[in-house]
Amino acid sequence: MNAPRDLPRKLRVATTSLSGCFGCHMSFLDIDERLLELAHLVEFDRSPITDIKHCGPCDIGLVEGGVCNAENVHVLHELRKNCKVLVALGACAVGGGLPAQRNNLDVAKCLTQIYRTESGEVAVPNDPELPLLLDKVYPINEIVRVDYFLPGCPPSGDTIWKFLTDLLTGRTPRIEHPLLKFD
Amino acid sequence: MTDASELPVLLDPVLQRHQSRPDRLLQILRDAQDVLGYLSDETTAWLAKALGISYAQATSTRDFYAFLYRENRGRYRILFSDNITDRMAGNQALFKQMLNYFGIAPGKVSGDGLVSVDLTSCTGMCDQGPAILVNEMAIPRMTPQRVEEVCALVSRQVPLAEWPAELFVVEDNIQRADLLLGTTHQPGEAIRAAIARGRDEMLFEMRTSNLRGRGGAGFTTGIKWEACRNAPGVRRYIVCNADEGEPGTFKDRVLLQSYPGRVFEGMVIAAFTVGAHLGLLYLRAEYRYLRPKLEAYLAEMRAQNLLGKDIGGLAGFDFDIEIHLGAGAYVCGEESALIESLEGKAGKPRIRPPFPVTCGYKNQPTVVNNVETLCKATEIAIHGGAWYEAIGTKQSTGTKILSVSGDCERPGIYEYAFGVRISQVLEDCGARNAIAVQVSGASGTCLSERELGRRIAFEDVPTAGSFMIFDAQRDMFEVARNFAHFFKHESCGFCTPCRAGTALLSEMMDKIAEGRGTQYEMNELLRIQAVMKASSHCGLGQTAGNAVADTVQKFRPSYERRLAQTDFVPAFDLDAALAKARQVTGRDDAHAHLGAEA
Repeated sequence: MNAPRDLPRKLRVATTSLSGCFGCHMSFLDIDERLLELAHLVEFDRSPITDIKHCGPCDIGLVEGGVCNAENVHVLHELRKNCKVLVALGACAVGGGLPAQRNNLDVAKCLTQIYRTESGEVAVPNDPELPLLLDKVYPINEIVRVDYFLPGCPPSGDTIWKFLTDLLTGRTPRIEHPLLKFD
Repeated sequence: MTDASELPVLLDPVLQRHQSRPDRLLQILRDAQDVLGYLSDETTAWLAKALGISYAQATSTRDFYAFLYRENRGRYRILFSDNITDRMAGNQALFKQMLNYFGIAPGKVSGDGLVSVDLTSCTGMCDQGPAILVNEMAIPRMTPQRVEEVCALVSRQVPLAEWPAELFVVEDNIQRADLLLGTTHQPGEAIRAAIARGRDEMLFEMRTSNLRGRGGAGFTTGIKWEACRNAPGVRRYIVCNADEGEPGTFKDRVLLQSYPGRVFEGMVIAAFTVGAHLGLLYLRAEYRYLRPKLEAYLAEMRAQNLLGKDIGGLAGFDFDIEIHLGAGAYVCGEESALIESLEGKAGKPRIRPPFPVTCGYKNQPTVVNNVETLCKATEIAIHGGAWYEAIGTKQSTGTKILSVSGDCERPGIYEYAFGVRISQVLEDCGARNAIAVQVSGASGTCLSERELGRRIAFEDVPTAGSFMIFDAQRDMFEVARNFAHFFKHESCGFCTPCRAGTALLSEMMDKIAEGRGTQYEMNELLRIQAVMKASSHCGLGQTAGNAVADTVQKFRPSYERRLAQTDFVPAFDLDAALAKARQVTGRDDAHAHLGAEA
């Protein structure tokens, strides 16, 4: 892919994994040697790739995972605040995914059931460092406005590449069969 | 609870009445429910076995229809019509009054199993609302006094048949009569005229008249009849679509109540023209009260040789009409869903083509016409197509009956030649300060003040007949929200754009109503509506977003005043979502909360 001639600067991209398995990030790395090409076009802000802890103004934010706890909410708000375009990357961000399997259970019952000693004493960890769980796992679009949804568990490297190159060249992203998959 | 051993005694007569025909499953389920009050899994399994069909087939029909109950809903099942016009007439307060009287929650049965009270979609009494149904029998013009009266009758367990007849009086309210409503009906005149013309000439007259269907789609009736006549088939059928479910429409109710001769003679003429031997009138459950009168009228027609064998003395012209009752499903107004329902199945629209004219009821050539369309055929039989074609406008010939309701002095039935201006109708019905008119029901068009000069005609504003008026004190956002809820409830669930789209629109409208909407939802409403319009399987989904889209465009401030200032707000309280985890951890520190700016 060639960089658009009139592109004034590299686009800044932030990525994060909320309540996800990092599978979408792994899939992102599956674009393989095209990463080098991508590096000519974008620079990374907050991302597991850079290990930057907080995000500054960005063009694109890729969010993997749903929202399961208070920290996820903070991170998601930070990305939304800083990114012009926010993308729900993968099944969990789009719909809650596997972690949302707990949504038909009561979170309080869940915690007291699990954090219980053999003698039946309940001791749910309560260190302020630990983010509290939300009552349910939410898809990110129920917490913030989302511009694009990229389904798949995970979306393939080719799908992510097609999506990003569309976005970078200014085309409205269109993912179609066989790249568009929900599994 | 009925003992399983009693089922044969109770239900054998029902099966006999319908010759144990599986294709009459819906009618059998209806009659069985009349006997037992509801259709338990056990009852349904017994019926499935008796009919030789699978249990799944029986339950799929039972569970599709709003008026068929799997669980006991009480001996008196009361439903409040919840169209926007009922709301404007104050149905919510009356609904609460009745719930309070019995001390029950909406949709829940009283402890003694006596009564349940719930809401239902428009029952077609918009000119005399608020209306209720008691075991499907319509009671219009509800007031606090009438609620008291009904509650007392239920408490005293007076059988419905012994309730004062005055409660059930449904008025015609004909405010303006023209060609159809203002002419005296001579029984048999139209049929004899059609027979005198002969089949070919009758069809020619139909085509000349350029009569278009009155159910909303506006397809040319003559072409439909001709296609059915020419389609290869063993038997042909005439179906009268009296599933008048579009919110705000009640003209068919009046035609069936006071002009049944025209409707049935229209069916006979259609049968004569296309060569059909059986006609089916699909009557919506909400109009069940009309059935005895209609059956009596059919018997009278048989006695006069206007139905039965050798009709009008014409050897070999045999035709009869059966009445089928619906069970509370708006989607059955769609012709292929209606045919599915006639065949005893869940009313899910078929894939078209093939169209019913070639592959309809029992996969045979079938004409499905609206009640009003069939009445028009009698006029054409008597006076000829050229005469008819001269009335109205070029593409919309003849007259159209409007069901006028909402904010006006004289709601009711108005018949006009096509081409009448909206402003003329408003003047005639005494509507002052109208800010909007919803034409052709929830699926139709919302016209604003500056469009009142437009005309009722297929060329301009097409309509199936609903005409709901809103004046300056009304909030058009709430009107659209009512319609969004309606479509969410009535979507048959067959295709995703409609099933998911109607739910998303409805939830987004609720979110905006709660003050949690933003510009994002405003954009989403239109985007989702566009997807539904382009990709839904049938007309329901294609039009379900119209009212929302129209009001977003024409009454935007009524949405905007409800929007939150921020970019996006969740539909729920984020901090409250942490409450349970806070409780079990015993934490209340700053990190254990999500503030507004979280």
